[in-house]
Amino acid sequence: MPDIAVTVNGAVRPLNGVPAHTTALDWLRETGLPGSKEGCAEGECGACAMLLATPTADGGTAWTPVNACLVPVAALNGQEIVTAEGLGGTEDLHPVQAKLAEAGGSQCGYCTPGFACSMAGEYYRADRAPASSHDEGCPADAAPGAPGASGASGAADAEHGPNGFDLHSLSGNLCRCTGYRPIRDAAYTLGFPEAGDELAERRRRPAPDPVPTDVEVDGSRFVRPASLADTLRILDEEPTAVLVAGSTDWGVEVNLRGRRAPLVVAIEQLDELRTLTVADDVVEIGAALSLSEIERRLDGRVPLLAKLFPQFASRLIRNRGTIGGNLGTGSPIGDTPPALLALGASLVLASVDGEREVDLADYFTGYRQTVRARNELIRSIRIPLPLAEITAFHKIAKRRFDDISSVAVAFALDLRDGVVVDARIGLGGVAATPLRARDTEAALIGRPWNIATVRAASAVLRTEGTPMSDHRASAEYRSHMLGTSLLKLYSATVIESKEVSA
Amino acid sequence: MSALAERPANPVVGLRATHESAKLHVTGAAMYTDDLAAQTVGTLTAWPVQSTNAHARVSVDVASAYDVPGVVRVLTADDVPGVNDAGIKHDEPLFPSEAMFYGHALVWVLGETQEAARLGAEAVRVEYEPLPSYVTVRDAIAAESFQGIARTVARGDAASAMAASDRVFEGVTEFGGQEHFYLETHASFAIRDSEGQYFVQCSTQHPSETQEIVAHVLDIPSNEVTVQSLRMGGAFGGKEMQPHGFAAIAALGAKLTGRPVRLRLNRTQDITMTGKRHPFHIEWKAGFDADGMIQALEATLTADGGWSIDLSEPVLGRALCHLDNAYWIPNVHADGRIAKTNKTSQTAFRGFGGPQGVFLIEDILGRVAPQLGLAPADLRRRNFYRPGQSTPYGQLVKDAERIDAIWSELLADSDFTARRAEIDAFNAAHHDVKRALSITPVKFGISFNFAAFNQAGALVHVYKDGSVLINHGGTEMGQGLHTKMLQVAATALGLELHQVRLAPTRTDKVPNTSATAASSGADLNGGAVKNACEQIRERIAKVAGRLLGVDERDVRFEGGFVTGLGKADRLPFAEVVNAAYLQRVQLWAAGYYRTEGLHWNPDLMQGSPFKYFAYGCAATEVEVDGFTGAYRVRRVDIVHDVGDSLSPMIDIGQVEGAYVQGLGWLTLEELRWDESDGPHRGRLKTQSASTYKLPSFSEMPEEFNVRLFERATESGAVYGSKAVGEPPFMLAFSAREAIREAVGAFGPTGHSVELGSPATPEAVYWAIEAAREAASLADAPSGAPTEAVAQPTTDAAGEPAAARETVRI
Repeated sequence: MPDIAVTVNGAVRPLNGVPAHTTALDWLRETGLPGSKEGCAEGECGACAMLLATPTADGGTAWTPVNACLVPVAALNGQEIVTAEGLGGTEDLHPVQAKLAEAGGSQCGYCTPGFACSMAGEYYRADRAPASSHDEGCPADAAPGAPGASGASGAADAEHGPNGFDLHSLSGNLCRCTGYRPIRDAAYTLGFPEAGDELAERRRRPAPDPVPTDVEVDGSRFVRPASLADTLRILDEEPTAVLVAGSTDWGVEVNLRGRRAPLVVAIEQLDELRTLTVADDVVEIGAALSLSEIERRLDGRVPLLAKLFPQFASRLIRNRGTIGGNLGTGSPIGDTPPALLALGASLVLASVDGEREVDLADYFTGYRQTVRARNELIRSIRIPLPLAEITAFHKIAKRRFDDISSVAVAFALDLRDGVVVDARIGLGGVAATPLRARDTEAALIGRPWNIATVRAASAVLRTEGTPMSDHRASAEYRSHMLGTSLLKLYSATVIESKEVSA
Repeated sequence: MSALAERPANPVVGLRATHESAKLHVTGAAMYTDDLAAQTVGTLTAWPVQSTNAHARVSVDVASAYDVPGVVRVLTADDVPGVNDAGIKHDEPLFPSEAMFYGHALVWVLGETQEAARLGAEAVRVEYEPLPSYVTVRDAIAAESFQGIARTVARGDAASAMAASDRVFEGVTEFGGQEHFYLETHASFAIRDSEGQYFVQCSTQHPSETQEIVAHVLDIPSNEVTVQSLRMGGAFGGKEMQPHGFAAIAALGAKLTGRPVRLRLNRTQDITMTGKRHPFHIEWKAGFDADGMIQALEATLTADGGWSIDLSEPVLGRALCHLDNAYWIPNVHADGRIAKTNKTSQTAFRGFGGPQGVFLIEDILGRVAPQLGLAPADLRRRNFYRPGQSTPYGQLVKDAERIDAIWSELLADSDFTARRAEIDAFNAAHHDVKRALSITPVKFGISFNFAAFNQAGALVHVYKDGSVLINHGGTEMGQGLHTKMLQVAATALGLELHQVRLAPTRTDKVPNTSATAASSGADLNGGAVKNACEQIRERIAKVAGRLLGVDERDVRFEGGFVTGLGKADRLPFAEVVNAAYLQRVQLWAAGYYRTEGLHWNPDLMQGSPFKYFAYGCAATEVEVDGFTGAYRVRRVDIVHDVGDSLSPMIDIGQVEGAYVQGLGWLTLEELRWDESDGPHRGRLKTQSASTYKLPSFSEMPEEFNVRLFERATESGAVYGSKAVGEPPFMLAFSAREAIREAVGAFGPTGHSVELGSPATPEAVYWAIEAAREAASLADAPSGAPTEAVAQPTTDAAGEPAAARETVRI
């Protein structure tokens, strides 16, 4: 068996003999680097955050914070990671560590290594720029599609520091002690990497290439195929294969529910699944792009998605979770489906037999069931152009950062001369599958965009789906939230038009 | 001023100091219990078999676990040489024959790896013979399922005063518990050393209790068990009584296998197995006079204690002692009792019943203010304690004038009046979104109610080179106790902070310690550290006096040097210490402290259980979305009384952290149990970080201004300071009351807002719906329903309710 290894804090460490289900976190802790902590083992608390060297569009490297508890360590074969121990030591603190310590950003200290890594990721974000450059339009380096900037309306200022630090970069880190204020102070007073900063220099060189991998330990096999064709062949031949991209869902199954698979096939580094193209009539997004990469590369070109991204899980999850994975799990409340339904998106499914395109509205067939055949994978998502004129994404949840929707509603409406000429509304969390609010759409199309129409359509929307009561929300609340969402959208568009006319 | 409170010139206490472990924290170098285990070769991992029934007799067959490769041993009741119990009242069998709640650990499997232990636990077969179960506190009340001793706090004649009151209101107040969600779950790591003694590393707030329970489970004397609490990744009360059984399991495993044993609960196990803040159900009746002065309060408080008694009795006691909060209530009759339910055994959690008591009075005031026609801030202020008044349990309210002083300062700091006017204007202009600004006070009694716990010890060594090593009985859970103790020692010995080091908390250094709890860690251990340092200083002063040619009473210790009054010479501390050594002067000391002047009769619920009271006020502005019930905390201003702060940055960190944690309890964190009669009855449905949501960055107030009350010397505590851990938790009531007021702005004038707890967006939404419905009813006579919302007018007379009419709200 060939050697497999990962570079940790600048040193190569072997991975031979490590069981396939082992997470990067457990492996780090068991091999002498216990600085990364387990707080939840499901990607919710960020105490395990580490930095992963990932490729950038310009051929360089980004230090991308991810949850070590969700990543199978075998997926890191040939890759480079940095943990809190690697940022700096007690005698030579990293600037992020120095700020955190000085500001009182640690109390019990257990979440702190993870915070340090998330903050370091933002510290090294290449397009982070002082807030003043945001004032005049959107200079290239300020990147309107950059994390948090997109879709964030009036709240953007409260969530960005004068140094351009995006508070959303800490949305996947929980602290139970401090109340967060000192951590924010530390983040907002960070400077920029100085010359000679090794991690900053490292960004100029390419990220490690994907390394095809095939290891088996104790009867469990981990495979990273070299190409899409190889992947499709394995998928066709191995009925037990579990496809894993960001592993943000599978990692939870492994950790919390003890799921073990005889064969895991990693696809997140396949070039064929990592393309993003914008043509005249369609935007096509590779299924294995992480949500953060899509956010960055779309750069606000699909406003509805730009509104969705900051509300989708946390930055740590978005850095790893893929759009294909979000659709592949078939969750009734995954947040991209309602938005993509409203956008009229379709999926490209690929297998050894070729490709087919499926309208997303026809994709879901039941609770966590879809039309995707066992030997198919999602290659890409297509969003038809032109986009609707009015779009909105409403997420109802207990917590604003990193929570699962009780109800998610996405709107895409076209008006002509004050009349609704087209309407697509995607719903999540109100049925066994995400669905289109077809009756509501019908109640809008052809009618004037006014409060009477909106009230009548809201009454219809309130009856869409078959919401249930659970620990997140009652069925009644979910129905009410459907009913008020269109009113809220109307209220916002009316305010906007007033502001425009004023 | 007492000698205890007096500060020398240029003290190290009072300076801004970073956490003593901050550099270790930020680099990942700080070790926690399970990190130590991860680095120890040959360690076995323990994994529980948990009940899947809320209440049942169980029979367990562990044989098949041994078929799993890597399983070394399964621990059962038969293995216990001593007492099979982990509780303080002997009602918590360590290996139960009756599962008392869904999730109850029945037996433990030891494996070479976590995977082996987990699979071994899956292989264990359990048969259940179900028994009746109570999941809700209402179930338990209906079935009269109670435990422990019921208590009553009474003063005056509540019944007569109620009858004589101009306005009487009655209602039911219910609220849920709270999961501690310390980021570090429970962890223990036991080794049997070469001498046969047990060394147990444990994430415990109460090493001495851990030691005692390990000893009685193993049937050995305490002197064969050493417990070390290196540091905890958060505790908040959740590691005061809950860790002991886990430590005993690890120690028992070490005894039976001869190998190190680690036990670390994963998050799901921790949430489903360990106790939480007590939920309460309270029926109440309150009488007010025509001016809004409270005349009488009658209440029955039922705490949901879960399956065993644990700390439920003192928690209930503190709830009864805090239902006055900052208000003079001349006539009180409050009964308290503890429900026994088939859930986790509820336990200590920051505030320890105090928040539950305060909840009652703040809920009453928030609900009745609109009906009394008073602004809630006015209603609260007019009912404040005045100097000379006493609590319902008979203790003089020391420094009562501070409540109004802090309130006044906060009104100014927060620009309260002007912002209220802005908010009124905003609300008038906005139909679907409302804002409110609310201010609430807190008064919190400091000391353990049980007087004997108010003692502490310390051990201080001075080495020949002048370096100092301190030990004390308190534990570090992130609250900064060790940092403060270093500052106390440096102050007492006249050193710079870097000259003092602190060694981990261990039962073989300081015995018979109290839990680090009740906010008392700095008061008690600070007293003990100071005492030890002063013994050494006095001995060294004699030596220094001779060296400097002054009387020992004229020797001064400051900044690492020793000087004599009127002398130009200054001697480095190390030089004096070395001279003392050569003169055969003892350079180490055991320190001791007991809080003076406390007495308490638990049967009568009368006495002076508290050394002093900590005070604070918070003003919170929120914005509520009428479409969804979602809200944002826009701005928080706090003035809080920590006496003369030992360590201002640490104290402000405690105030902020407590506020946000309180905010979580009151507005976000929701424990949902399966109350159905289905197969998972009694199962905690919110048992992970993805379903139990605690505050994240999105809940941090957008603007967060915290200031410590100045010139606040507390004469009865170390260097004039006050406790800080728990009191500011209750500042978060200002957020709940602000949400209530914002909801009220959707309703008609005088509308009493009943707000579910926690005030999640859904709970807020339903309260808004009720307010809107009241508004449409109020508007109905004037014709067509309108969506316009009546704006509250200040000091409106309210509806002319008949005198002495009881209003059910």
